[in-house]
Amino acid sequence: MANEVMLWQAMNKAMDIEMAADNSVFTMGEDVGLYGGSYRVTEGLYAKYGEWRVRDTPISEGGFTGLGVGAAMVGMRPVIEIMTINFALLALDAIINMATKIPFMSGGQFPMPLVIRVPGGVAKQLAAQHSQRLEHTLMNVPGLRIAVPSTPQDAWWQLRQAIQSNEPVIVLEHELLYFSKGSLDTNLDPVPMHRALIRKKGDALTLISYSRSVLLAQQAAERLAQEGIDIDVIDLRSLSPIDWQSCIDSISKTHHLLIVEEDCGFAGAGAEIAATLSERCFYELDAPVQRHTGLDLPTPYNGTLEAATIPTVSSIINAVKQLVQSGE
Amino acid sequence: MERSILKSMLKDMLLARAFEEQAAYEYTQGNIAGFLHLYPGEEAVAVGVLHAAEPGDYIVSTYREHVHALVRGIPPGKIMAELFGRKDGCSGGLGGSMHLFDQQRRFMGGYGIVGETYPVSTGIAYAIAMRELPEAVICFFGDGAVNQGTFHESLNMAALWNLPVLFVCENNRYQIGTEIHRHSKVTEVYKRACAYKIPAEQVNGMDVIEVYKATQSALLRIREGTGPQFLEIETYRLRGHSMADPGSYRPKVEVQAFKDEDPVTVMLQESLPEYPSAEQISAIGKDNIEHLSEHMHREELISPEEFQRMKQQVAETVEQAVQYAQKSPEPSMEEAFSALNCNRGQEVLI
Ligand SMILES: Cc1ncc(C[n+]2csc(CCOP(=O)(O)OP(=O)(O)O)c2C)c(N)n1
Ligand SMILES: [Mg+2]
Repeated sequence: MANEVMLWQAMNKAMDIEMAADNSVFTMGEDVGLYGGSYRVTEGLYAKYGEWRVRDTPISEGGFTGLGVGAAMVGMRPVIEIMTINFALLALDAIINMATKIPFMSGGQFPMPLVIRVPGGVAKQLAAQHSQRLEHTLMNVPGLRIAVPSTPQDAWWQLRQAIQSNEPVIVLEHELLYFSKGSLDTNLDPVPMHRALIRKKGDALTLISYSRSVLLAQQAAERLAQEGIDIDVIDLRSLSPIDWQSCIDSISKTHHLLIVEEDCGFAGAGAEIAATLSERCFYELDAPVQRHTGLDLPTPYNGTLEAATIPTVSSIINAVKQLVQSGE
Repeated sequence: MERSILKSMLKDMLLARAFEEQAAYEYTQGNIAGFLHLYPGEEAVAVGVLHAAEPGDYIVSTYREHVHALVRGIPPGKIMAELFGRKDGCSGGLGGSMHLFDQQRRFMGGYGIVGETYPVSTGIAYAIAMRELPEAVICFFGDGAVNQGTFHESLNMAALWNLPVLFVCENNRYQIGTEIHRHSKVTEVYKRACAYKIPAEQVNGMDVIEVYKATQSALLRIREGTGPQFLEIETYRLRGHSMADPGSYRPKVEVQAFKDEDPVTVMLQESLPEYPSAEQISAIGKDNIEHLSEHMHREELISPEEFQRMKQQVAETVEQAVQYAQKSPEPSMEEAFSALNCNRGQEVLI
């Protein structure tokens, strides 16, 4: 039966159920314990599971993410919470040099059942050092899975799948989505972690997006539908690997591709999507692939400028219209 | 100690408190957004340390840096305008509360990533040492920041190369919601400096005079060529970590986490921040401002009338700062891009 919940509640429940099922699961991060987590994902778990399984850490991102790697090598299932993606920059050595290389360098001797959860994205006037996105960097690391849930249902499924998986998985959570509501049915059979989902259907254009931008794209698509322009909105859900087949199927029907992302355009996630789909769908496309992305600019503190640096519902509508018309 | 210095420190402390209380109010009115980390309770640290510094010294601070900027002499209007995100702010409205900069006053920034102040400071100090100048760098950081790798790396390099850095730990015993005993094995932070042979002492941050004197002698030792020095200043923040963090949580959250198996109500994003009022704050007990003002009254260093006048002046200064911020326009996108490309000169990209 489906319930309306907020995304943080779905993740909280996923954590609880996995911790109850397997006592090798533990979580660690700044203020995850007594405080209940900056975005409440670990709320109540400290009281229930105790400090060894819900550990408040010092501000030592490089150290405790690396600790997660070591623990995973001996069969634990650590869920490391890095308070925000901006601080994950300090843990890149553990993520890139350790977590993804050890299984490979050891010739496959060591599985790496490590989950790294990180909030990120442009929230509300948090300024240049607290509004970043890192998917481009992480996508370029072979051996790292990247989940980007945009709904409570996906957050529930993907966090549980990540914990159960033997691969290193990074879950990129958007700071503005924790308090957004959606239905959660805990009895539904899970969709595979990397499978893209079509959020809205139409023939005029394929819009590919992920994370919070999907919600904006859906709103744009609804308004466009009122004007008679029906589009496919694809929520990638996973940035590595990417479910190319779902994208190709849609493009073969619409012959137009627009990619929408909050990340900076230059060498961003959309660049990979555009390149691969241009290669694979060249003869299906009626117009060049377009990207509608964040500006190549650090996020300004000023609220008006901040809003103008990332796609909005109306800017997405304009981008769709331009592309549809250009192909006519 | 000279009466004029005491008076000017008292005035700065009053200004600091009034400025921050006003900023909290402006936040509730929606004029300031994002993370806003306030300083009430900790004024004696910034005021004592920076009054002992020379104008040629460099200041490197964290995201909790409005008061450091004020005491350094950045006009209050320029700081308030930055908090409002306006063009006339000291960072052009692009940086915000956590990123105040003023090159002219050698205010080398507010940094939002914990642990960044150390390498910036050692870098500036390296340049000073190479050029054989008499200046020093004052590096601020919190108790939670000493567990970041850059702390250890930078202290070692500063000591190894005899760099003119004064490390100032503002120990308010908390790293957001994590109390110091839960984040550090060695809670007397100054003791860590001995691993790097850096002279260090613990200072009572409730007493601005003590802070001033300790800083003065530490800076003197630096200028004599003794190398880096370390002060741990014990203080306490009266408010929450930031405006997104309810101020009164500390004892309550610990009780609740154990009491409830159900979700603990740590209202972060959902609830409006609930803050103690100015009256409640002063009812908590003697704070560092009262410590100084009572001393000055007792020693007859200031008359009650003069004290009242001082408070009045401070209130006017803060009011003018708000007006200045309100009048300032927002920055434009062109200005944002020219800040990004400020190092490119006239290069034309094709
Ligand atoms: C590298 C990094 N990790 C985490 C954070 C989030 N964060 C901001 S302030 C803070 C606590 C810092 O405590 P402390 O150093 O004692 O300074 P205080 O805020 O008490 O002045 C944390 C964890 C951050 N900004 N940077
Ligand atoms: Mg602290």
